[in-house]
Amino acid sequence: MSKNVKVNVEYLTRVEGHGNIVVNVKNGKLEECRLDIVESPRFFEGMLRGRSIFEAQHITSRICGICACGHTLASIQAAEDAIGFIPTEQTIKLRKLLLHLENLDSHILHIYLLVAPDLLGVKSFVPLIHTHNDVVRRALRMKKACNDVCDVLVGRHVHPISAIVGGFTKLPKEKDIDTMLEILESIQVDMAPTIELGASLKFPEFQRETEYVGLVNDTDEYPLLSGDIGSTDGLRMDKHDYKKITNEFVVPHSSAKHTKASRDSYMVGALARVNLNFEKLHPKAKKVANAIGLKPITTNPFLNTAAQLIECIHSLEDSIKILKEFKNDGVDYAQAITVGLNENGQIPVKAGKGVGAVEVPRGILFHEYEVDKKGMIVNANCIIPTGQNCNNIEKDMQKLVPEVLDKNQDEITLLMEMLVRAYDPCISCSAHFLNVKYIDC
Amino acid sequence: MKKVKVAFFDFTCCEGCQLQVANMGEALLDVLDLIDVVEFREVMSEKSSTYDVAIVEGSITTPHGVERIKKIRKTAKVLIAYGSCAAIGGINGMKNNFDLKDIREYVYQKDAKHFDTIPTRAVHQVVPVDYTVTGCPVYIPEFVKVLKAALMGIAYNVPDNAVCVECKLNENECMYDKGIACMGPITRAGCNSWCINNGNICYGCRGIVSNPAEKGQKDILEKYNISLEWIENKINMYNKPRELGELKTDE
Repeated sequence: MSKNVKVNVEYLTRVEGHGNIVVNVKNGKLEECRLDIVESPRFFEGMLRGRSIFEAQHITSRICGICACGHTLASIQAAEDAIGFIPTEQTIKLRKLLLHLENLDSHILHIYLLVAPDLLGVKSFVPLIHTHNDVVRRALRMKKACNDVCDVLVGRHVHPISAIVGGFTKLPKEKDIDTMLEILESIQVDMAPTIELGASLKFPEFQRETEYVGLVNDTDEYPLLSGDIGSTDGLRMDKHDYKKITNEFVVPHSSAKHTKASRDSYMVGALARVNLNFEKLHPKAKKVANAIGLKPITTNPFLNTAAQLIECIHSLEDSIKILKEFKNDGVDYAQAITVGLNENGQIPVKAGKGVGAVEVPRGILFHEYEVDKKGMIVNANCIIPTGQNCNNIEKDMQKLVPEVLDKNQDEITLLMEMLVRAYDPCISCSAHFLNVKYIDC
Repeated sequence: MKKVKVAFFDFTCCEGCQLQVANMGEALLDVLDLIDVVEFREVMSEKSSTYDVAIVEGSITTPHGVERIKKIRKTAKVLIAYGSCAAIGGINGMKNNFDLKDIREYVYQKDAKHFDTIPTRAVHQVVPVDYTVTGCPVYIPEFVKVLKAALMGIAYNVPDNAVCVECKLNENECMYDKGIACMGPITRAGCNSWCINNGNICYGCRGIVSNPAEKGQKDILEKYNISLEWIENKINMYNKPRELGELKTDE
């Protein structure tokens, strides 16, 4: 077939951050296929040097507005690991709740506002205000509800206030727990039509086997906040060995650093987690997964959006469970942490290194800090889910383009955009770090 | 009434302030009754070459960013600097605490040459700005106030009194009385003392008041035995770019 296709999407829309898609087919042969990251570098790892470990959360939360709570939790975990602080059970439980809210909030934003417009054939949610008013209202209502729960728990969702190294500066009162439960139960009502919408969406047909990477554990809990690193190819290792999984490497003829584990590339995110830990999902989530035919191992990356829907149900139900337990057992307010000058010596500090590995909306996120004996940061490293996915996205594009050459250029462009969007890339995050391709902006 | 065309643009930032708009919930639909959002890359694929109001998020940190903000300024009748990164340089300004060559090489090693960067500046240090919404992230009630002012063509001034004023009204126990230093006394109010209400300190994200009563502050520092270095360190978290002047064309 002698066909020429040139796709050049500058500033891909409805994603977080700035990325370009470049596809070039000449005489039916794929010559070029790239996802370029064109975000301005921000140098977070460099800026952290010389800062107190107690400031790391506040600063790294600002890496990303969408996953600010995820960065917060990974940062705190790495910081506590570095200084040898062990959080209480209550603190861990509240952090799990915060992580659920983060995943729920982000997935709803992605499913409704970023992906659904493509599948409904429009450019954004704005035209849907007229054609699907109830859907738009439901989306905005659910998004706000997640935010409102975060407001109660940590002050706000974008750059949470009360979650810090050591625990929480403010613990939810009895009435706060009731408020959070009430809001989450209102989301339950909206979840039913959300599932219906999700089940009705037609995702493009495409399969490519790859390795799926995420947290794993030996308990019945769906691992999000802690665990070992595992993969569908059978890798398993302690979180401190994360660099053996991410294996940043340089691509010939490019300044890019990509990641690979057992194969050429791997995928992280909701689909990877569902593929790895399907049996540990909440029964309600599993039931819906069965109904829409999502089962491990699903190898269609477009279905990452469907996996996010399944995780929404899981996170919502588990959040309600956690809050009901707090309602029954009460909260120990003596565990509130006072922020301040080295936390007024409340938390002892020693020199060391620590790693945080947390499943945030887009996949496994790593923070690593090294501190001196005063708790000042000497070195910092962050590896972001989207950075890990970049290589896999390009491999998908390379397989998908030849399969769809019978379509016209606009259709191919849209399909490429949809593929990248399915990964829910957070380019704003990933571009601050080494492991992504960069071209001059 | 013809709707005002509004476009959102992002520069170097986390895009969290744009997200605050999506977090308004169904109230967003009331706002959309008044304005016509013609470009908002984070949530829309539509693009437009004309607009009346440009809402700009992020700080200016690359040569490309300088050119882009100049173009936007030419097109827009009204330009709103949205969020601390745009308003005061914000957290990106921490980069200015380091030698730029050194920090580039620390993060990107031998690939550093690909990462063009200039000292972080607020938008008003590069082009004239008509309205400012500060805060990391922005406080939505304040954004709505500014948007109303912009649509009506009346002035909005960021409060120039200290966060302490709001903090007192919220009946929080003073951090200094608890033996903890806080940026509240020198930081611009308007956030309803958001962080202190939630048990944390003020980090100065809204910018420094124009008259920080330095002598009085020194008395406070002495009284509570807090070093000037601590305060400077915290100021440099969000407010470092204020040391720079306006961007010169040859920079």
